[in-house]
Amino acid sequence: MTLGVSEEVEFYGVRVASRLMLGTAQYPSPAVLADAVRASGCAIVTASLRRESGHLREGQDFWGLIRDLGVRVLPNTAGCHSVKEAVTTAQMAREVFGTPWIKLEVIGDADTLHPEVFGLVEAARTLSADGFEVFPYTTADLGVAERLLGAGCKVLMPWGAPIGTGLGLNDTYALRSMRAHFPDVPLVVDAGVGKPSHAAAAMELGYDAVLLNTAVSKAGDPVAMAKAFAQAIEAGRAGYLAGPIEPRDMAAPSTPVFGRASLA
Amino acid sequence: MRVTIVGAGVAGLVAAVEFAERGAEVEIVERASAIGDRACSWAAGGMLAPWCERESAEPEVVEKGAMALDWWPAHVGGVVRNGTLVVAQRRDLSELGRFARRTERFERIDGAGIATLEPDLEGRFEEGLFFPEEAHLDPRATLRALGETLDRLGVRIRFGIEIEPEEADGDVVLDCRGFSARDAVPSLRGVRGEMLVLRTTEVSLSRPVRLLHPRIPLYVVPRADGLFMVGATMVESSSARGVTARSAVELLNGAYALHPAFGEAEIVETRADVRPSLPDNLPRVTRNGRVLRLNGLYRHGFLLSPSLARAAAEEAFGLSETDDEAGRERLAS
Repeated sequence: MTLGVSEEVEFYGVRVASRLMLGTAQYPSPAVLADAVRASGCAIVTASLRRESGHLREGQDFWGLIRDLGVRVLPNTAGCHSVKEAVTTAQMAREVFGTPWIKLEVIGDADTLHPEVFGLVEAARTLSADGFEVFPYTTADLGVAERLLGAGCKVLMPWGAPIGTGLGLNDTYALRSMRAHFPDVPLVVDAGVGKPSHAAAAMELGYDAVLLNTAVSKAGDPVAMAKAFAQAIEAGRAGYLAGPIEPRDMAAPSTPVFGRASLA
Repeated sequence: MRVTIVGAGVAGLVAAVEFAERGAEVEIVERASAIGDRACSWAAGGMLAPWCERESAEPEVVEKGAMALDWWPAHVGGVVRNGTLVVAQRRDLSELGRFARRTERFERIDGAGIATLEPDLEGRFEEGLFFPEEAHLDPRATLRALGETLDRLGVRIRFGIEIEPEEADGDVVLDCRGFSARDAVPSLRGVRGEMLVLRTTEVSLSRPVRLLHPRIPLYVVPRADGLFMVGATMVESSSARGVTARSAVELLNGAYALHPAFGEAEIVETRADVRPSLPDNLPRVTRNGRVLRLNGLYRHGFLLSPSLARAAAEEAFGLSETDDEAGRERLAS
């Protein structure tokens, strides 16, 4: 194995080669979306059913395009504000995409899109019991994380910052302690990532993957940005595996001064 | 050259003018009983805004859209060239920055500049972008006027007839059916749009105003008689069912944020339709023998139909070569 950079990551027994997951909303066009997915080399994309949910057949053109991307689809329940709404959307997603995977969002606040963690745990339990493999979009709260694992989740997706803000990793302490508490659970930073350096930072913390959408879809050049994120994630992962040095306050010259010739 | 055009939406009517002016003998057939009854261009905003549209579109939209600013005034009255004003609320000013980075040919203006352009918006916004070269028109009045232009050019429109383009008469047939041509254009998909028409005399605007918002961007286009078109949602769906409650709430909220007087406005109309869209959201002419398909105008019916019609005419008159569907199939087999 070379450097471990190309090593695979596993979610619910499925091994994928890329640690980048891309959302499929808000691109200038489906053609740009397809190019961005190709450029990023990502193996998983998320797709939202919420806005098209009135009638199952209505969004089928777009969903067909998503399926044609040739990557694994992780349908999501974006925009759902209640357990019932999220569960119904998940069931519909399973029918449309033929996958037990579901990225579970239960939104508590319409303005900040803050997860509603009580409803999230309840929906996760219901869906897990129904055979779903749940990827919960959650905060970095450890108590909630424990409840989600208890509800049957085998992946956790804490936020970096609120959805679409591009603020990066708002609370690296919380993300770091989550990694330390759950060394064997696949952890994905989901939401809030704005720049490739944010994604690299998440990987350096030891996270298994990064999920983002707006940072690519609304970039000046979405295809170039998709590639930049792929590179940042590879670099961050390689850096994590290579073992970064510990920071310290005392300066230490990288070139030894002892024994240097005195030219004065 | 005898030309039959199937479909009397903006694509078909503009193509009819283009072909008739080049000397073709043109007839239009339309399934509806009058212009606009079943055309998605009836629900359009009518903004000729190539530079603003660049915000979410390929550079081609600017290159091909700019000619619409000359084409429309040359063929119909009522085109207003007052530019476009783009504003954002204080907390969404980063959206304005993004819009500016993606576009060109605008002036940055402050609150005073906004008040000079639109006195009714005085004190409501601190920063904006003004695109002075853009224009707008009333889509319904314009399509009717185009019908009159065609009358003068000797082009007849036969209403209430639904035919397959392959079965139509003529040396050349132009398939301008929009989303109804989806069986013939496999990559065509629908992008649902919803709009409202409001009436109020308490606010007046001289140009389209775009209010940027991270989730619910919207535009308000002034029309005659105190009417304002508020649009438009973009939903990946091919359903033309009525405007949803959520979309109505969002559009009304946006209008209200632009000016509180819209809160007291009368809701005159709600309408939803499906934009015919290709994977790159750009229109294209394709060929199947004597049938040329003009499709994929997406949200740019009025902006890009003149260049699409020109491309079709150049193809039909042998001035350029377009993909031949049958030819492609031959190559593939």
